[in-house]
Amino acid sequence: MPELNVMQEAQSAPTPDAGFEPAIVAFVCNWCTYTAADLAGTARMVQSPNVRLIRMMCTGMVDPKYIIKALLDGADAVLISGCHPGDCHYINGNYKARRRVKLLAEILPRFGIDKRRLKLTWVGASEGNEFAATVNRFAAEIKDLGPIDTRRLRVR
Amino acid sequence: MASRIGVYVCHCGTNIAGRVDSSGVARFAAGLKNVAVARDYKFMCSDPGQDLIIKDIKEMGLTRVVVASCSPRLHEKTFQKACQRGGLNPFLFQMTCIREHCSWVVADPVEATAKARNLVAAAVSRVNHHDELYSRVETVHPDVVVVGGGIAGIQAALDIAKSGHKVHLVERSPSIGGHMTQFDKTFPTLDCAACISTPKMVAVAQEPNINLMTMSEVVEVKGYVGNYSLKIKTSPRYVNQDLCTGCGLCMEKCPKSVPSEFEEGIGLRKAIHRNSPQSVPNTPVIDPATCIYLVKGKCGACQKNCPSQAIDFTQKESFLDLQAGTIVLATGFDIMDPTALSQYGFGRYPEVYTGLQFERLNNAVGPTGGKIVMKNGKPPQSVAIIHCVGSRDKKHFEYCSRVCCMYALKYDHLIKDKVGHGAQVYNFYIDMRCFGKGYEEFYRRVQEEGVAFIRGRPAEVTDQAQTPEEEGKLVVVGEDTLLGRTVRVPVDMVILCTAMKARADAGEVARVFGISQGQDGFFLEEHPKLGPVSTATDGIFLAGTCQGPKDIPDAVAHASGGAGQALSLAARGLVSISPTVSWINPDICIGCKMCIGLCAYSAIEFDERRKVSVINEAMCKGCGSCAGHCPSGAAQVRHFNEKQIFAEMEGLLGPAPPAPLPVPPPAAATATGATRAV
Repeated sequence: MPELNVMQEAQSAPTPDAGFEPAIVAFVCNWCTYTAADLAGTARMVQSPNVRLIRMMCTGMVDPKYIIKALLDGADAVLISGCHPGDCHYINGNYKARRRVKLLAEILPRFGIDKRRLKLTWVGASEGNEFAATVNRFAAEIKDLGPIDTRRLRVR
Repeated sequence: MASRIGVYVCHCGTNIAGRVDSSGVARFAAGLKNVAVARDYKFMCSDPGQDLIIKDIKEMGLTRVVVASCSPRLHEKTFQKACQRGGLNPFLFQMTCIREHCSWVVADPVEATAKARNLVAAAVSRVNHHDELYSRVETVHPDVVVVGGGIAGIQAALDIAKSGHKVHLVERSPSIGGHMTQFDKTFPTLDCAACISTPKMVAVAQEPNINLMTMSEVVEVKGYVGNYSLKIKTSPRYVNQDLCTGCGLCMEKCPKSVPSEFEEGIGLRKAIHRNSPQSVPNTPVIDPATCIYLVKGKCGACQKNCPSQAIDFTQKESFLDLQAGTIVLATGFDIMDPTALSQYGFGRYPEVYTGLQFERLNNAVGPTGGKIVMKNGKPPQSVAIIHCVGSRDKKHFEYCSRVCCMYALKYDHLIKDKVGHGAQVYNFYIDMRCFGKGYEEFYRRVQEEGVAFIRGRPAEVTDQAQTPEEEGKLVVVGEDTLLGRTVRVPVDMVILCTAMKARADAGEVARVFGISQGQDGFFLEEHPKLGPVSTATDGIFLAGTCQGPKDIPDAVAHASGGAGQALSLAARGLVSISPTVSWINPDICIGCKMCIGLCAYSAIEFDERRKVSVINEAMCKGCGSCAGHCPSGAAQVRHFNEKQIFAEMEGLLGPAPPAPLPVPPPAAATATGATRAV
């Protein structure tokens, strides 16, 4: 399909838009990163409003189709964040997430989606500052990357 | 039938409404699909706030409820219960956080309000797909396991045992008592530590409801709240506890002496040893690393001399399985090794001591029999006490260890008392933190005893004399920040108030019990203010310094708290278990068995007859490893299923929100509302 190549080109040469406010969906685990987000909030650490959280019990339950759905539905990027390796509340769910994200990140470019739009991080329950920094860093990265092309293709 | 959703937007005083236009968000919500009523209110978690929900469920026939307020980790249960009181299944409720994740962290009010609208839209979209779920009720095993036999573990065990419940007290070292048994006096009352701790230790030994297991460690924990099974490893003591009378003859006859850990390296012990005659149990233990018989195969002096034939070199490591309903962790703390702070010369200058070494120097059964003397046997005429060694130091431990100021004051007093009032004592401090009951009074009393306080963290301790008075002394070099000038204080002895830190193996323990550690390494409590003794894992509670630095009264109070929480579960005997576990739809499952290998809890079995995988709900914890992977989409976590997540995402990313409904005329009631027929 020639459209795919067009999309890939559009991705490789983004045109940063000064007024662009990305929509970023974050799937975060209840035990570590969601708790860290609460902590960052309690400590009033200012964060970019572009990142919106969906609480999951574990990153291991994030089906790749959720990520694909988010990207197709107009999310400019997806963040997945869970407990540090070895700290998973459910023993090893985060390792499963890591495998899935790695594979998905390889497939995404074939569909014209820059793999930088998918990010996996580990933020522990006590790392409120790390959470705020991750959110701000990622939002800035996606602002630089520009809007996702699937937005244009959306049927309204 | 379309659902009738009630949306409630909280102001949280000004916490939310100060940044987010809560009324505007409620008006926006009123325009969303299936929303029957949307209101905003000052404090949704208050009684009148909850009553709003209950009243609306009853009067307006709501079938779903959304609350936009603080984090669900704080008040989800509160509102679920309110729904239940209104006659609605608690799982037909969705909470979204517009405080911690919105009003508190988004600087711009317009952006914050827009984000809040998005979050509310997501919750409304999701709640449409919620199913009624029912919690499972399980019995709670009446026994409690307490891990760690320091003062916190002892207190927890005694509290629980008093109620009639059986307690298994698991202690790693040969006897209980922990760090407190090393102390001589306790601040601020100067009670003798042994006089107040040994009766408690004896009470543990005599309590029929306590099964004391020393030399033991928990190596494996399985199960869930109410039904834990633990594997306990017991190391050999090489002395038969049933035969030993505790006479101590073996220790007299043992030819091998090594530095004692209990004496913090400033005293000696034999290869067969015990901390003190007051130890509980007072059976000695043979250290296999230093015992000549166990290393070289000959000696056996203890065995030959034991009048009750209690020495048993054939003892082996053993394992025991235990069942318990709840677990209290009281694993305590470690003292930082100040060698890392090389500027203070610990390990280089013999007269530089840690606080715990000085406790032993002071202790009546310590290596000097309680005399404060230097290595040359003479009492020091001048002593410097350096506070905050490792604590309040970004290079080491950022936190305050909370006890050093007070025990330094105790040392001040004890030096003046034992060596004489001529002895000069200098405290190098950053801030004096005397916050407890009677602490400030004690500080004043010590000041009046003529102790010097120099504000400033010393740069170094050196033996390089610059003047004749400094010859042969240790010189503490620092800055007096109140006077704004450098000082050189020559002293005979230096005491370092070293930081309390998390146990070196706290990470391993956290993994065994499935709990988390904070950034400082101590175990993480469920909530820093409202859940200081519970953990994120149901049925596992914390007691004492494993949660953070504490003095004795705080550790004891914390332990009683942990015991109380464990006991409330054990006494009730029933616990309701969340129904948010996985379910595999047998009509969709293709029997690929992929999920079986992924399940960390072995909770999935294969039904050979139907050729489908089946979840064992009692073992499933709802992590969703299966659901995240299932190629056919048959495995789904209840309350986190595909439809619900998709709907939440659609709400979150939905088209540009419709214009809010017009502002309603000001209502006389405290709550403003906007209703719409569905």
